Amino acid sequence: MNQTPYRLVVGLEVHVQLSTETKLFCGCSTTFGAPPNTQVCPVCLGLPGSLPVLNEKAVQLAIRTGLALNCKIAEVTKWDRKNYFYPDLPKGYQISQFDQPICGEGYLDFPDPDAPETTQRVRLIRAHLEEDAGKSMHDEVHGRADSKIDLNRTGTPLLEIVSFPDLTSAAAAKAYLTELRLLLTYLGVSDCNMQEGSLRADANVNLHIPVDGNDIATPIVEVKNLNSFRAVERAIQYEAGRQFELWKQTGKTIKDAPKQTRGWDDEAGVTKAQREKEESADYRYFPDPDLVPLRVTEAMLSQQKVVLGESPSAARNRLQVNLGLKPYDADVIVSQGQSMVAYFDGVVAGGADPKRSSNWIQQDVMRTLKENDLSVEQFPISAARLSELLRAIDASVVDNTRGKSIFQYLLEHDATIPDAMAALGIVQVDSSEIETLCKELIDENPKVIAEARAGNAKALGSLIGAARKKNANADAKVVRELLQKMIDAM
Amino acid sequence: MNVSREDILKVASLSKLELAEAEFEVVASKFRNVLAFVEQLNEVDTTGVEEMAHPVDVHTVTRSDTLQESLDHDVALSNAPKSDGEFFLVPPVLG
Ligand SMILES: [Zn+2]
Repeated sequence: MNQTPYRLVVGLEVHVQLSTETKLFCGCSTTFGAPPNTQVCPVCLGLPGSLPVLNEKAVQLAIRTGLALNCKIAEVTKWDRKNYFYPDLPKGYQISQFDQPICGEGYLDFPDPDAPETTQRVRLIRAHLEEDAGKSMHDEVHGRADSKIDLNRTGTPLLEIVSFPDLTSAAAAKAYLTELRLLLTYLGVSDCNMQEGSLRADANVNLHIPVDGNDIATPIVEVKNLNSFRAVERAIQYEAGRQFELWKQTGKTIKDAPKQTRGWDDEAGVTKAQREKEESADYRYFPDPDLVPLRVTEAMLSQQKVVLGESPSAARNRLQVNLGLKPYDADVIVSQGQSMVAYFDGVVAGGADPKRSSNWIQQDVMRTLKENDLSVEQFPISAARLSELLRAIDASVVDNTRGKSIFQYLLEHDATIPDAMAALGIVQVDSSEIETLCKELIDENPKVIAEARAGNAKALGSLIGAARKKNANADAKVVRELLQKMIDAM
Repeated sequence: MNVSREDILKVASLSKLELAEAEFEVVASKFRNVLAFVEQLNEVDTTGVEEMAHPVDVHTVTRSDTLQESLDHDVALSNAPKSDGEFFLVPPVLG
């Protein structure tokens, strides 16, 4: 619980690279990792006379995301120039959306990190399309050599998702980001690869400090350079502590200082003031005369509604409510991605018990995937085959231990369950055989039986080993149950 | 429209222009001329006229997400004042 003498107030600006083949306003490739300056053309180099043409796929992906984030989608949206000078921005302006973003207000519910069975809601201010800038590489050692510019990334479509300052802890910010990333991958609008810069977050952070019954707000700080979810969490925690100390020393409030930009230094674990460029906030936005407005039609909306699919929160809910999984278990499966949910659904659809399916997927399937660095699509045992195995266990055709051996066998061999059992020498023992076996055990072990009848529940355990010695295929659970039944009837 | 010295210096700095004192009056008078020219638009009564984002009544011009050929690497770099054959080179930029 919050023991701090202040309330933390955080809003996130998230830039997501949309999964298009080509850039937002030209036909150059967006593929990551190409040799520098090989995916550029007159449009993205900002050469005179070139004209941008909007990529319809970027619009579709933005609409799909907006719908999933419960945003009001604009009927008419337009393009504006955001003017600033930087070497990785060859035109001297970025094409963005100023006052008519494609997606208006919305919200996202995400699992509450303090109470995982409930959700928190973050409201969204807007989500707008814009083009990315290029990449600069500086002479970090001396700062004297020329900076190198690679413009391959210039013009790549981004969706900037801006939240209200509704997040009240570093953990909540991380949880929101985690849910947002999961949703975006479910929607197929972005690969959200943070290492490749497909998902970038900036955090606006300040504190509300109760003083004499009034809330005093500290100056807002925008923290940039957050390259991992861990960095987001650490930077916000650090920034809260720093702002509180600074307020105690200086008493400066939001009224005394404009918004400041600080960069997160992951290695040092601190935020550092970034050199404020004079007038940097004055971007002199104006409508881009090279681009006409975009009308979002009903047809465009319904085309995206059809492909929305099941959201992570809907999947969690279905696994809990319809299939009886615990919230934790549902979340583990859903967090693995849509393919894992589909695999789980396949196992259950084959007739296996949902809880047993969930256990086996979380333990055996996920462990195997991790050990072999595989995706679920590459997993050698199909959902139908695993379902067949789990049904055999449900029906006590094989016990759990034997089931694990069959599972191992299926990883290496494409075989039916009966074939796998035959190959492993596993024979289903019929009930009359088990009965004979149990009678023998009772006759041969009068002392143990006496103890069991006296109420020592553990006594029977020693007979299970003896039973397996007589018949390796005897199901321990079945033997135990039958023994108990026979003793009870004595 | 009254344009102050500060306004002009601000616009110059936003545009990364260095104005020598001798140039200032020349630029300032040109600047005021341009503004005065545009200001004539204020004479038009636009009451009840809907705001337009674009002078032509065309909308939703898009292209399909299809790859087009990029420039050859050396052609892309050929107009650069300075390059190392791989990157564009610019004077050192601090972070
Ligand atoms: Zn291009």
